[in-house]
Amino acid sequence: MASNTDRSPRNGAPAIHANQLCRHYRMGDTLIRAVDGVTLTVRAGEFVALLGSSGSGKSSVLNLIAGLDRATSGSVIVLGRNLAELSREELARYRLHTVGMVFQSFNLIASMTLAENVELPMRFAEVDRGQRGELAREALARVGLQARMKHRPNELSGGEQQRAALARALINRPQLLLADEPTGNLDSHTGTEIMNMVRDFNQQLGMTVVMVTHERALAERYAERLIFLADGKLAGDELNSVSAVAANVERQ
Amino acid sequence: MKLPDLTELALRNLRESILRNSLTTIGISVGVASLVAMLSLGIGLQQLASRRLMKSGLFDTVVVTSRRDLRNFNREEERSGPAPGESRILDEPTRQQIEQLPNVLEANPDIRFITELRYDDKPHLTMIAALADSAKSSDAFESVQGHFFSSDSAPEVILQKSFAEELLGRTPRPGLDETSVKELAAPLLSKELVMRYAQREGTKSAPSADGHAPTTNDGLEDAAYSVVSREQQLKIVGVADLDPESMRGPTRARVFLPLKLAESLHIMQPTDLREISSAASDKPIYSSLSVRVKNPSQIQMVEDTVKKMGFNTFSILDASKSIQQFFKVLDVFLGIFGSLALAVAFIGIVNTLVMAILERRREIGIMKAIGASDSDVKKLFFAEAGAMGILGGIVGVALGWAIGQVINLGTNIYLKSQSFPPEHFWSVPWWLVAFALLFSFLVSLAAGLYPAGRAARLDPVQALRYE
Repeated sequence: MASNTDRSPRNGAPAIHANQLCRHYRMGDTLIRAVDGVTLTVRAGEFVALLGSSGSGKSSVLNLIAGLDRATSGSVIVLGRNLAELSREELARYRLHTVGMVFQSFNLIASMTLAENVELPMRFAEVDRGQRGELAREALARVGLQARMKHRPNELSGGEQQRAALARALINRPQLLLADEPTGNLDSHTGTEIMNMVRDFNQQLGMTVVMVTHERALAERYAERLIFLADGKLAGDELNSVSAVAANVERQ
Repeated sequence: MKLPDLTELALRNLRESILRNSLTTIGISVGVASLVAMLSLGIGLQQLASRRLMKSGLFDTVVVTSRRDLRNFNREEERSGPAPGESRILDEPTRQQIEQLPNVLEANPDIRFITELRYDDKPHLTMIAALADSAKSSDAFESVQGHFFSSDSAPEVILQKSFAEELLGRTPRPGLDETSVKELAAPLLSKELVMRYAQREGTKSAPSADGHAPTTNDGLEDAAYSVVSREQQLKIVGVADLDPESMRGPTRARVFLPLKLAESLHIMQPTDLREISSAASDKPIYSSLSVRVKNPSQIQMVEDTVKKMGFNTFSILDASKSIQQFFKVLDVFLGIFGSLALAVAFIGIVNTLVMAILERRREIGIMKAIGASDSDVKKLFFAEAGAMGILGGIVGVALGWAIGQVINLGTNIYLKSQSFPPEHFWSVPWWLVAFALLFSFLVSLAAGLYPAGRAARLDPVQALRYE
């Protein structure tokens, strides 16, 4: 399996390195091994899909990489920093500046307009009030929502909400985009639209993308590499030949 | 997160669940209002009491007597200091000297004498006292019928109610309501009285042939005087209800003259006989002086200075201290009752914010996922609690002030129906407003402590799973 990462089309430095990563927790008397000894490396600029059935531990791995959760044992090193060694405050700053996240259920704040949702990470980052409005407008324009800035999430379609969520995820210029079933709540046409945007960010901005999905077809269409999880363990790690060819063709 | 962002987010969150947050804020307002109401009542009553005591003249007056007056108030003190026979006389230079002392407003001679007044050709014997102009502001004359003396030397009198009754030949029937002063004053005002009195008249010795005063009575040349019976027409200008001299017991006066007028009449005083060996015809000797001090707290100092000059003094000092102590205790108790309502409001804030955490679990999770730190979340909940505290405080102070006004109004309507003059029971000093706002803010922050900590510790993975 490890040899597969060596055959990666991008020979960038490792962006993410998980080593014997475990996340166990107790539910009543039983110990649940959500993630159980996963070792993997993602190189900078790679588009990786984490595949597996529900309960396979793919979302748990993503949360550990996102710094939303802490490993029971093992380590995650992102861009040279061991997340286990970061304080809660440092981990929050890591989420703020290094990671952008999109979710299956969009997770926009319902009481805020799109512009306010996109501005929120900049408030936490203490970006100047004057700059924020302009940056939020640009970000929403990039995902085609400049006309919807003053709308609240519940006034928009699922696709529009996910585009706004993408704009929010990218507003602080993170190096890592983590997506948890980003098309799970969307029809296939809208899903394609979102995935094309994600691919563009990966290719044009050189962002490292890790996407959790249970749809193999979707993963094969966009990801350069497919990592399979089952019962919290690594079950496969292969290059996606179709996508790699397509990507290479586009790049040349 | 910066403060303006924090405030903006906190206010928008408060607007989101407007009903619940308004109710909580009203809870705080009621708490602050009751605190403000209770404390302003305490302060108002205290101010009323000290205003009354000030006006009574009991607490800012020192009575000065000569040690030569053997009927002194304070017999203990006679044992120290010079013997009465060697002590100083209370004369005009002494009065002026005392008036020049620091913190002394004025020093007025006490002129009082028993004499005959004729009204309607009937003689009436009574004690008459002279009043300085400053007595105008004394509360004894607050409800005077007619008016106070038009000038300090006008030939006018003010009658005490019981003397007015005597002049009209009325005797108050026990058990029945007392006759009103208004009723008594109507037939008496502007009427004339004739006062018969003994005047001390100096007998100027004619200069001798060689131009020198006769020296037969060595050193006593000016002490000769004769006592002449005189009459003075006086106009009744006022009838007073209260007894301004109730402290004096049986020797209290029932008729009052302007001080300057009384002085100019050179009325024979009991001290004139005692000091006959040193009294000059036109140099009065006073039996006592009433010294008014600027502030009751300076009484002791003035008393000590006057004692060092070789006089006896008398004042009521300690009573005011214990009264102030009583009001301090009252304030504390009223404050505790007021705070009870605020304690209920405290629980209301905790409840509202804990509910808000449950309701906004997911939102907190989202904020953490996109980079909010524990302290950002904590500050946000603090800001919401603080904003409710400030808003509740402002409304509460206004409400407390309004409650005070209403109670004051109601009490005054009652007082009026009982024919008492209106009073101010209520006082909201600026420091109380500032204190109430600060207190409300701090109590709200304290109430936000637990919910904010809980929100900050929320696990984002759990919170995001929550639908």
